[in-house]
Amino acid sequence: MMNRRDFLKLACFSVVGTPARSVFDRLTGKDIAGPTKEGQPKWAMVVDLKMCASKPGCRDCVDACHSIHNVPAFNNPKDEVKWVWTDSYKNIFPEQSHRFVSVEVQTRPVLILCNHCENPPCVKVCPTRATFRREDGIVMMDYHRCIGCRYCMAACPYGARSFNWKDPRPFIKKIKEDFPTRTKGVVEKCSFCEERLAKGLKPACVEACTTKALTFGDLNEPNSQVRNLLASKPNIRRKAYLGTEPKVFYLE
Amino acid sequence: MIEKSLKGDHIYWAWVAFLLVMIGIGFIAYMRQWDLGLGITGMGRDISWGLYIANFTFLVGVAASGVMVVLPYYLHNFKVFARITIFGEFLAVAAVTMAMLFIFVDLGQPARVFNIILYPSPHSVLFWDMIVLSLYLILNIIIGWRTLEAEHQEEAPPIWLKPLVFISIPLAFSIHTVTAFIFSGLGARPFWLTALLAPRFLASAFASGPAILIIMCIIMRRFAKFDIGQEATQKIALIITYALSIHIFFFLVEIFTVFYGGIPEHVHHFEYLLGRGGQSILTISAWISLVLIWIAFLLMINPQTRKTEGTLIYALLAVIIAVWIEKGLSFIVPGFIPSPLGEIARYSPTLAEIFITIGVWSVGILFLTVLYKVTVSIKKGMVS
Repeated sequence: MMNRRDFLKLACFSVVGTPARSVFDRLTGKDIAGPTKEGQPKWAMVVDLKMCASKPGCRDCVDACHSIHNVPAFNNPKDEVKWVWTDSYKNIFPEQSHRFVSVEVQTRPVLILCNHCENPPCVKVCPTRATFRREDGIVMMDYHRCIGCRYCMAACPYGARSFNWKDPRPFIKKIKEDFPTRTKGVVEKCSFCEERLAKGLKPACVEACTTKALTFGDLNEPNSQVRNLLASKPNIRRKAYLGTEPKVFYLE
Repeated sequence: MIEKSLKGDHIYWAWVAFLLVMIGIGFIAYMRQWDLGLGITGMGRDISWGLYIANFTFLVGVAASGVMVVLPYYLHNFKVFARITIFGEFLAVAAVTMAMLFIFVDLGQPARVFNIILYPSPHSVLFWDMIVLSLYLILNIIIGWRTLEAEHQEEAPPIWLKPLVFISIPLAFSIHTVTAFIFSGLGARPFWLTALLAPRFLASAFASGPAILIIMCIIMRRFAKFDIGQEATQKIALIITYALSIHIFFFLVEIFTVFYGGIPEHVHHFEYLLGRGGQSILTISAWISLVLIWIAFLLMINPQTRKTEGTLIYALLAVIIAVWIEKGLSFIVPGFIPSPLGEIARYSPTLAEIFITIGVWSVGILFLTVLYKVTVSIKKGMVS
């Protein structure tokens, strides 16, 4: 039997507790990573580092991405805008690097891009919801709403976000008319080619890769290629300890 | 009342004219930034916040510190501060105004600033910071101005002002706490990711803000023949001494945890700040700040030097400069060095960036000059 005291406690919790929980979730950004809807895909990418390194100096994926997305080329590190690029293994996985790792591995190029985190810190901090997470897990940017405060850049643990320090248009080699250019003063980044996914195509970088190093697919599909790779081969993610749940995986 | 700011001697007008020229230069520089974008500053891909956000952080502290004279007067009925609370409130008004202007000039798309209100985002700390800063600004304008009006009409301030004062006290703590949360909630930046940040911010604010207040009072005594009295000055100096000691203690606690804990991600930022990557504006100013804070500490804990105005002034200036560096460039920039990709970028503000910064400061100082001028005129009128 429930006595009066317990009844009151329960009543208080159900009246105050439930809203308090939801308020807490909203304040800490827990509500950003909502449950997946039935039948929704959850996009992810697997990068095979060995295969990628098999073609030294290759920039096929980077060029493909940057040319179709009107990414400007500033040629100076201060203003640079990057959607996908490479850096050395020891910079990208510092916690996996030590001096006994072979030079070949340490200097291996690692392809990096937005991780489309399940718990994206950039989405949490954005004061205008200009950056948001779709139900299929893609973290998107609204270039028309972004006020350019760059809080998302401070919050991103992967350096995946670029800011338009100048008007980018004069620095685009050849403007593609079917994709928007950006204006000065807004942040941009990789969008997992959502405009191509909508047409049933694979991301441009995956399509451009000739070494078969990049695999793209649906994590919610148990028989997808990405799921098979992740189940069969050891893989790592960048700074997984931060709890961001990155969705770009690396096979060593 | 505001008309009292239109009557002044030639020193007053020369000062106002000087500030207007500085605002003009800052405005011209800002127009260039408006046209060309933030690329005209020293900020870049790796170090994406700089001088503007540094000054913002410092000034929120100055704004919060007004509570150090308001609280003893209103909660403890400490009459010695009766003549000075309004100056504390008006200092807060000017400081919040500057802080908000610094956020504004840091925006890449300033014309879209109202998107923060149009699309409220409760999970963004910046959204909450905007709310508490706006509230604090409005409250201090109402409280300061209405109290002054009452003094002018030689009547008691209205009763409804009391609750507003009581709200403004916790709000003062909250503005600086929320500002610290902007940084200390980021897992991506180990340099800022410390629960001690908000308390550290408050301690350094309660040292530097009141130090500015005393300097202002000394200036007013020289130029406006208005004296807040020796006792008030010394009481504030004592508050500064305590805040400064707590600030240094907190800093050493942080240093211990970082270096004894020895987690590379934490250690690297401090090492670069203190000069591992070679000399730069960043490391030199960091060392200046460290030396100044200890000089200030020694001058402040020694009763002789604290009670002598000649040495007190130097101690106060040392506190202000040290905290401005420590909470400004020495706080913002090392958060970005090394970058998440291990990049060691360099930052030094450009001329345009410095002019815009001086312009924003001049706006705040002009506000402060006018508000203090009106206050002093009214308070002196009462005495005669």
